[in-house]
Amino acid sequence: MSAAPIDLPRWADTALVPLVSVAAALVVAGLVVLSIGESPLEATALLLKGSLGSLEGLGFTLYYTTNFIFTGLAVAVAFHAGLFNIGGEGQATIAGIFAALACLWLAPLPGILLVPLAILAAAAGGALWAFIPGYLQATRGSHVVITTIMFNFIAATLIVYLLVEVMGKAGSMQPETPDFPKQAVLTPIHELLGAFGLKLPSTPLNTAFLLALASLVAVWALIYRSRLGYAIRTVGANPRAAAYAGISPARIIMVAMAISGALAGGLAVNEAMGVQHRLVLDFTAGYGFVGIAVALMGRGHPVGVGLAALLFGVLYQGGAELSFDKPTITRDMVVVIGGIVILFAGALDGLFRRLVASVLAVGRGG
Amino acid sequence: MEIVQTLAVILDSTIRLSIPLLCAALAGLWSERSGVVDIGLEGKMLIAAFASAVVAYHSGSAWAGLGAGMLAAIALSLVHGFAAITWRGNQIVSGVAINMLAVGLTAILGNAWYGQGGRTPNLEGTARFAELELPLVGAIKEIPVLGPIYDIAISGHTAPVYLAVLALVLTALTLKHTRFGLRLRAVGENPAAVDTAGVSVAGLRYAAVIICGALCGLGGTYLAVSQSAGFLPQMTAGKGFIALAAVIFANWRPWPALFACLLFGLLDAVAIRLQGVVLPGIGQVPVQAIQALPYVMTVVLLAGFIGRATPPKASGLPYVKER
Repeated sequence: MSAAPIDLPRWADTALVPLVSVAAALVVAGLVVLSIGESPLEATALLLKGSLGSLEGLGFTLYYTTNFIFTGLAVAVAFHAGLFNIGGEGQATIAGIFAALACLWLAPLPGILLVPLAILAAAAGGALWAFIPGYLQATRGSHVVITTIMFNFIAATLIVYLLVEVMGKAGSMQPETPDFPKQAVLTPIHELLGAFGLKLPSTPLNTAFLLALASLVAVWALIYRSRLGYAIRTVGANPRAAAYAGISPARIIMVAMAISGALAGGLAVNEAMGVQHRLVLDFTAGYGFVGIAVALMGRGHPVGVGLAALLFGVLYQGGAELSFDKPTITRDMVVVIGGIVILFAGALDGLFRRLVASVLAVGRGG
Repeated sequence: MEIVQTLAVILDSTIRLSIPLLCAALAGLWSERSGVVDIGLEGKMLIAAFASAVVAYHSGSAWAGLGAGMLAAIALSLVHGFAAITWRGNQIVSGVAINMLAVGLTAILGNAWYGQGGRTPNLEGTARFAELELPLVGAIKEIPVLGPIYDIAISGHTAPVYLAVLALVLTALTLKHTRFGLRLRAVGENPAAVDTAGVSVAGLRYAAVIICGALCGLGGTYLAVSQSAGFLPQMTAGKGFIALAAVIFANWRPWPALFACLLFGLLDAVAIRLQGVVLPGIGQVPVQAIQALPYVMTVVLLAGFIGRATPPKASGLPYVKER
């Protein structure tokens, strides 16, 4: 009982199918722009100029890219184990709480100790919030999808409670923690390169971007070059075969979820420690969900995730600039594009594979 | 008599808060009983809330709004069906896409059309559903206990509330006592058997997702055109997911779904009432704890610590004919 497999050359499968589905998604987005009476071409030009046309725009683009790399990798690692982690938002929220606690409690420590500890705390928080759903699926049979959805909401109510009642800054009307100590703040890239004599405009881009790039490499090594990665992919492909091969699917599910959650914690590192320098409500801002689009578009491979994250970084920054010039096109456009990419590259994958396959067949004269 | 009054008022707000949950839960129940998992209930309610508010505003008719809300939600349902049934795509992925599409589209269109940060203009007069007074209120009102409950809690709701109750009864009867209902349940348990009997699996599943869309439409319309006077960005605020939890709680059965929705609605009503209130012996209960309760309870239930959740056997699995 399996669907008739559609055979595609490897290059078409890994590059052409995602490209075609993303192109189709952009066309649909263009239609939405048309329907509200704006020119899609003009919008695209403004978008590209705003995101890549200046060093400042590029800095913002890469800052958003950082968030999408983390959430995209989180979803991708779970995908390899055959799991669908929709809980990136909740995991990043808990990671933010852990990082804030570390930054505030360990404030006397010097930066060289405090920063790594706070990053580890964020990873641990994210990992914990993903491990529990993984544990419940592995041992109690409750599905990760539903549990992670519920955990998103539990995390959302928890952070409101903590920021309003427990960790909130005294005298502030905003639900936010006091500012983190200075040495807990990640160095902005323009300051880092400024030390070498390079003058860059001030942007939120910070060293969390380097951490994201390192995570891309680390996830590649983990998934494709390590024993654990092999076990993860085997469980994802066929849990029963994995069990016969002596791999415990239950253990791999828990480990993969924990790694996935830890990666989602990177979002909190970039936002709380890199940009806001305190914990604010709703800092996850939907990045976790867009991460699903990033992972699907990138076919779960770190190179693809990196490129897809860059695309969404461009859309996010370009969209912000665009909405200055064209107030009718708000940044919600990115959410629409994300949704269509998820639909086309994820759920309608079969349709696009069929399309690409028939076009290729025509090209070969078949 | 004071306490009866209070109880009736709490029951009244419980019903008001449960109705959107009930609509979405019934919607999810139809879809999932046919084997199509739907985590896009939230998005469909949101798009329905938006479409109904827009049409009700321009036409001045709440009923036209209801029609538009249902059509908008059915349109998204068909997208889900196209991906999940025709192309056998991943149903979770499709549901996530639908939720994001709804959030983005309603915000963009609302902002582009009305420029009020995504809100639609205020609905007035016939553009909103009027409160209906049930028959015999005048006579029954004077009866102790029952009277106030009938007067305050049961009577005086708007048409969508009574439509939702009607939908519940029809859902329960159709699923249990009709041939269509039997086949629909069968297609969620063992589609191959239904196929062997010569009934179209895809046809039944499409019927189920369309009904699902119509019910989400009712729920979304209630939010925008009855409970509020217009659309607000993200006004569904997770209700589609609480409904999903209610379906699980009810073990995919209609009447228990009503009680699950009433329970979650009651929690919501209590949370609003308890804001800032200090309870003797307990102290101040954080509102967030009550708000998180439905989610926590669902996790605990799914993990099998209380009762056992048994979803339809074929739910989430695309059907492929044996070749």
